[in-house]
Amino acid sequence: MSIWGWLHEYVQFTIYSGVKALMILLPLFIVVAYYTYAERKVIGYMQSRKGPNRVGPKGLLQPFADMIKLMFKEIIIPTNSNRYLFIIAPVITFAPAMAAWAVIPFNDTLVFSNINAGLLYILAMTSVGVYGVIIAGWASNSKYALIGAMRSAAQIVAYEIAMGFALVGVLMVAGSLNLGEIVNSQSGGIGEWFFIPLLPLFFVYLISGVAETNRAPFDVAEGESEIVAGFHVEYSGMTFAVFFLAEYANMILIAMLCALLFFGGWLSPFPDLVGDSIGWLFGKTAVFMLLFLWFRATFPRYRYDQIMRLGWKVLLPVTIFWLFVEGVAIYFEVGLFV
Amino acid sequence: MPEIKNYTLNFGPQHPAAHGVLRLVLEMDGEVIERADPHIGLLHRGTEKLAETKPYNQTIGYMDRLDYVSMMCNEHGYVMAIEKMLDLEIPERAQYIRVMFDEITRILNHLMWIGTHALDVGAMTVFLYAFREREDLMDMYEAVSGARMHATYYRPGGVARDLPDAMPQYLESRWRSKKEADRLNQNRQGSLLDFIEDFCRRFPRYVDEYETLLTDNRIWKQRTVGIGVVSEDRAYQLGFTGPMLRGSGVEWDLRKKQPYEVYDKVDFDIPVGTNGDCYDRYLVRVEEMRQSNRIITQCIDWLRVNPGLSMTENHKVAAPRREAIKADMEGLIHHFKLFTEGYTLPPGEVYASVEHPKGEFGIYLISDGANKPYRVKIRAPGFAHLSSMNEMAQGHMLADVVAIIGTQDIVFGEIDR
Repeated sequence: MSIWGWLHEYVQFTIYSGVKALMILLPLFIVVAYYTYAERKVIGYMQSRKGPNRVGPKGLLQPFADMIKLMFKEIIIPTNSNRYLFIIAPVITFAPAMAAWAVIPFNDTLVFSNINAGLLYILAMTSVGVYGVIIAGWASNSKYALIGAMRSAAQIVAYEIAMGFALVGVLMVAGSLNLGEIVNSQSGGIGEWFFIPLLPLFFVYLISGVAETNRAPFDVAEGESEIVAGFHVEYSGMTFAVFFLAEYANMILIAMLCALLFFGGWLSPFPDLVGDSIGWLFGKTAVFMLLFLWFRATFPRYRYDQIMRLGWKVLLPVTIFWLFVEGVAIYFEVGLFV
Repeated sequence: MPEIKNYTLNFGPQHPAAHGVLRLVLEMDGEVIERADPHIGLLHRGTEKLAETKPYNQTIGYMDRLDYVSMMCNEHGYVMAIEKMLDLEIPERAQYIRVMFDEITRILNHLMWIGTHALDVGAMTVFLYAFREREDLMDMYEAVSGARMHATYYRPGGVARDLPDAMPQYLESRWRSKKEADRLNQNRQGSLLDFIEDFCRRFPRYVDEYETLLTDNRIWKQRTVGIGVVSEDRAYQLGFTGPMLRGSGVEWDLRKKQPYEVYDKVDFDIPVGTNGDCYDRYLVRVEEMRQSNRIITQCIDWLRVNPGLSMTENHKVAAPRREAIKADMEGLIHHFKLFTEGYTLPPGEVYASVEHPKGEFGIYLISDGANKPYRVKIRAPGFAHLSSMNEMAQGHMLADVVAIIGTQDIVFGEIDR
């Protein structure tokens, strides 16, 4: 009998799940690493400069150089900070950002955990991340960090709701909370994808997604020029890197959700010409990831109260109105809402 | 019941938006500013006192270092004070060169301003675009003076040397391929004037680029319209000058109202705002860049067809030519006197001011007849602007303070002196 068979069933399951998780997380880390590289390159060329080009050919080893630097830097804990919370905060941000990937389907069968309430699970996980930010801001015992944390808390409330309503729209047309089924209900070519009937909700989702990941133009929680680095102003070395990793993992997650929920995930836009493949999903995700970078190079930063206004007074009414329209349309089976 | 205390935030001196060494103590109610208390003096280098210990010409270099983003305009104020005291006539060509470089400096300063202002408000691309153009302007500085920033180019009696006939070239190196170097040298084949003309041709398009990114951008407008409003009366009372005053709707420009050098011979307009908010000041400065470009073009046309002296022949203040020193007793004496003792100013006092990119830059000079000033007082425009910080920021939010610092175009070199 092999060692594998000798192991207890639970141990087998744990190892099996661990390997599966690693198969998602390791590529994710690499994508995050090269996303930072892509960000610097893309924004660099948008700003008529070259971006990193010294470490390795065309600067391709830059992410590793950064990683090694961050790993070997000292983690400075401010004197009057709450050191336990200070260390735990990045973990609280990081863990949900990783855990959310558990329910993301990469194609019909390739999914870590095919649970029924996948969409709810993702909403829950992405919201937990903000606790890390708030705790970090409070535990740092720095005024800038505290302001950053307060801004982040207010911002997340304003945008979670709009984002949630946008997803309700998706779930109404798809009739399921399972991400795989949502994608499959969009089959039949580009005309069936949800972004057409749900265009306003798609924009609301995209905007809230940018806001939720604290990216420009909604990066008030770190607000470089106002509150220096906001909630992570006191973090250095690995603790900072963990925040960083979580932020970028979240950006990729939001981009992938855009592709899954509104753009048919792995489905081909022209099923008669090209087959469905995981490549479609990655391609669509890459487009949204590029959008994140593009926004950052183009827009000035919103002020904190203007973000609130946008969230509560613009995005929320838009979603509610469209949900109403959608409900009526589905009831009477109008047009695309069948 | 616990007492609710205001939140005091120490903004700077080490802060990405402090524009150098501004220390701003902010008293905030949540994010709303109750009181803004600017602290100055962290860059005090004693320029005024140093000037009292040196022959007049040796202070020109210190003037560059006052407002270190508009170097030649500072020099201009200083040499004008000396010339006024000596009643010195300077050659017309030198006057045109000065006007041209004053306007190059204005563009240099406004580019720095638009870049940092936009960066403070969060639009970082404009910053790098602006610095791309600044590179060319720095090269113009380098071509006439040998220094990219601290030129010491203006002298009492004219300018240090005439415009060069050739531009410095880029060379091939480990970091710059032959092709890249050739591309960079493409518009550097002719004289400096050719290079500047080429820049003037390209520049309006660059300004359009900045405007595309900012002027009609909704976020930019939300962040600047109605922020830091200063009424016309208040602007007068606070001692505003330059774009800060013009943004509030006052048509005041020393180049028009008290023309110096050849500003009465060139054609240009003064943009004025209406509301006196950050957005109007932004528009005013952007238009000023276009107007400066216009002035430079006119100066180039004049300078091309009018060769001549660029320095006065009064050798009591200006060094004689090298040949004259070798061949002529008078020349040798002048040279010796100038480079040991310098020149003396008659006893008395004088105030001279120029329209600096930031406002009115004035030099008040008292002489007791010696070869160095008895007292020099520098009237820096930024000082008056910074003093209004409390008034402008009150009731706004933390993020607006950053926009206001940007719109005031503060440089600590001149404020702390």
